[in-house]
Amino acid sequence: MTESFRIASDEVTLSGRVTGKADGPSVVLIHGYPDDSTVWDGVVADLAADHRVITYDVRGAGVSTAPQGVRGYHLDRLMADLATVLDHAAPSGKVHLVGHDWGSIQGWQAVVDPRTRHRIASYTALGAPSLDIAFATLRERLKHDRLAAVPAALNQLMRSWYILAFQLPFLAPALWRGGVARLWPRILQRLEGIAAEARPGQMRDGINGVNLYRANFRERMIGPKPQTVDVPVQLLVATGDPFAAPATFDGLAKWVPNLTREEIAAGHWLPLTEPGLLAGRIRRFVARVEGGRDDGSFRHGRRLAAGRTAGAGPLAGRQALVTGAGSGIGRATAIALAERGVDVIATDIDLEAAERTATLVRLVGVEAVAQRCDVGRLAEMEALASWVDAERGPVDIVVNNAGIGLAGSFLDTSDADWRRLLEINVLGVIHGARLFGQRMAERKSGGHIVNVASAAAYMPARGLSAYAATKAAVLMMSTCLRAELAEAGIGVTAVCPGIIDTGITDRTRFVGVSEDEQARKRKAASRLYARRALTAETVAARIVASIEGNNPVARVGLEAVLGDALGRLSPALMRRLAKADLMPK
Amino acid sequence: MSAADPDPHLRDPRLPDPRLESFRKAQQFAYACAEAVAAELRPGMTEREAAKKMATWAADHGVREWFHAPFAWFGDRTAFRGPIAWRVFGGFNPAFFPGLRRIEEGMAFILDCAPVVDGAVADIGYSGALGHNPVVEQLLDDLEAHRSLIVAELNQGRTMAEVSRAVDALCRRQGVEPRHKAYPYGVLAHRVEMLEGAPSPFAVARFGLRGVTELLREVRAGRREGWSPFWSSAESSDHAPVPGLWAVEPHLGFRDVGAKFEELMVIGPDGKAQWLDDDLPHVRRWQARRDLAKAA
Repeated sequence: MTESFRIASDEVTLSGRVTGKADGPSVVLIHGYPDDSTVWDGVVADLAADHRVITYDVRGAGVSTAPQGVRGYHLDRLMADLATVLDHAAPSGKVHLVGHDWGSIQGWQAVVDPRTRHRIASYTALGAPSLDIAFATLRERLKHDRLAAVPAALNQLMRSWYILAFQLPFLAPALWRGGVARLWPRILQRLEGIAAEARPGQMRDGINGVNLYRANFRERMIGPKPQTVDVPVQLLVATGDPFAAPATFDGLAKWVPNLTREEIAAGHWLPLTEPGLLAGRIRRFVARVEGGRDDGSFRHGRRLAAGRTAGAGPLAGRQALVTGAGSGIGRATAIALAERGVDVIATDIDLEAAERTATLVRLVGVEAVAQRCDVGRLAEMEALASWVDAERGPVDIVVNNAGIGLAGSFLDTSDADWRRLLEINVLGVIHGARLFGQRMAERKSGGHIVNVASAAAYMPARGLSAYAATKAAVLMMSTCLRAELAEAGIGVTAVCPGIIDTGITDRTRFVGVSEDEQARKRKAASRLYARRALTAETVAARIVASIEGNNPVARVGLEAVLGDALGRLSPALMRRLAKADLMPK
Repeated sequence: MSAADPDPHLRDPRLPDPRLESFRKAQQFAYACAEAVAAELRPGMTEREAAKKMATWAADHGVREWFHAPFAWFGDRTAFRGPIAWRVFGGFNPAFFPGLRRIEEGMAFILDCAPVVDGAVADIGYSGALGHNPVVEQLLDDLEAHRSLIVAELNQGRTMAEVSRAVDALCRRQGVEPRHKAYPYGVLAHRVEMLEGAPSPFAVARFGLRGVTELLREVRAGRREGWSPFWSSAESSDHAPVPGLWAVEPHLGFRDVGAKFEELMVIGPDGKAQWLDDDLPHVRRWQARRDLAKAA
């Protein structure tokens, strides 16, 4: 069904339509500036299959009429309009509200306004914060953090230049008349790569909408009156939004107890660029609020919303999966990530060890769970990924750390030795990167993949042919993968540690020697590694820094850095050094 | 007393030995002292004030001599990281001494005192937190495995260094750091002796003169006989268990929190080890938690 309506609200006539499944849950979509309700067309086409979708042109935009004067655009009038639309198009029951840009500012008002709040079951906000909460938070930060709050405030100010410019008389309307309206499709193309047709109403929408800023910003800036929001809110943050920095939405959980947050690697006009993804998120949230299951993604969303507070750092509230987390670099990385506010899924072939790591991670103050997993077995990795989907929700950071050591001459290394090593050190990393990389790409939230290789990846040595070959494979795979996933906003880091005292030497298999000899060699190697005294914590700190800085390669330890330099300066010398027998005697 | 000539009174620790009994009493006394002061800790109190309180409590109860004057560490100083772990003068480091750190709600503390009671030296370590600190609770839980491990390993005929390395390995599995490595000589334990004769008030850097003299005498004897009164993971401890009394002090750290216990262990002339006394606060705590878990 599709039904158009024109209704009177105070001095204006609002134009809108109701479409979709008549007995489906009602969803109201409010557009932003300088758009009209057609901005939702892609989303409506998708949602209408199982929802009753209501859209309308905000006063002054599209085919709705415009009020006289600036005052007519005050939020108070806009709320009266929304109440009128609700009374007409959804006279009974509650609706699920969705707002984009200025529509989002209206939505934030609607969930606290006495005329509308009792009519709203849920709210999905994208592209703009509540003016009251944003200005109150900014004031509080400036009061408490003083100078420390300035960079974030400046960042948002740079993105909000137009808001200030709109306060000037004549300028913005003159620009719209002078050519911006004509150029608008090209501006969208340049900003976000959107191929949009020129709309005949674009100039009118652009000029009238300036009054939204003029009528509301000053008042809210000077005297913000934030209120607690009782309805469930889904916040979708576009990380590439040129007009709203993701930090604008930090600390929101304080005002919105039932808040779930998701970040999407996209620009400002999600309704145009990602209509399918957006419809999917609205559908999922509506289903959840209407009594559906609380799955892992909402749990993750709530943790992210709670973790995103001023000064918490870029990783707070995110979720990491670390393989081989029962000891060494894996355990240290899990703890280092926890110190940045990251929740951890610790996996290891030794469940008891993984559980111990989870216990330590919880002591740092974040959530952690342990799972047993042999990374070399695809079926186990797939089962792990499905379990994580259902129970823990999206993984933002995956650290493919699990690996084993093997040393001894090439000719003594058996087929079985090779297979086991390749399975764990190479396929294990591939499974982790592929399964969780796929999920990151599908979700479009960005993310980071860390693959633990070794300095042996580029430092040839006799007796290490098998181990070094697996690590070289990991390094090259990571570099290629990085190139491939960059456009999806997913970072990839290969970590190349030197001699790290992690206990790997206690378990390294030395081929071609007796059991006794093997035990002796393990001891000798462990002593050498202990004397080098480079710790797993050092590597973990570098891993965290590499995630934050999105570094391609992290070489840890002087030997790893020098080995790399030497390999570039003189490959011949490197090859000669490879002949030296450095194996512990 | 030396390895070659074990003290006849320590030949069988299971027999009621008047001297072992005085060590047991001294140890009970030292723990009572630490518990009394721990109960008096209030937010804002400094390490020096806590150490002073222990000294006063012990003096009020008749102590005239110390193996070492009381120590107290609060907050991240319990983890023995940073300046406190600098190994100057073999680990005798001024940062070790009680300082001006003030305790706050939820903060970890360690009280360590070694009074000489009727000639018997007790050296104890008492860990806890003002209010609740989950990391302290976890570390105290973790220490239980170390207490059983040390005795079990010794009685399986391992050298003392091997036992200390087994403690290091257990720490690694637990994901905690063996912070006793920051003690003088990185010791897991050290010898204690009966100090015969009149108490001496003299001390060197908070360590009682007679206790230090005794230890030095043992260092010399040990050098002759191939053992060390400082029990650590180093090669100097790669020898069979040496009969006598040892103050064993595993000290675990996780990030900026540490916890330890310190208590006396008896090694008999046959090399068999056992704890001098099981009626101690940390042992009672483990028992209480087991009972609680069983009830639940």
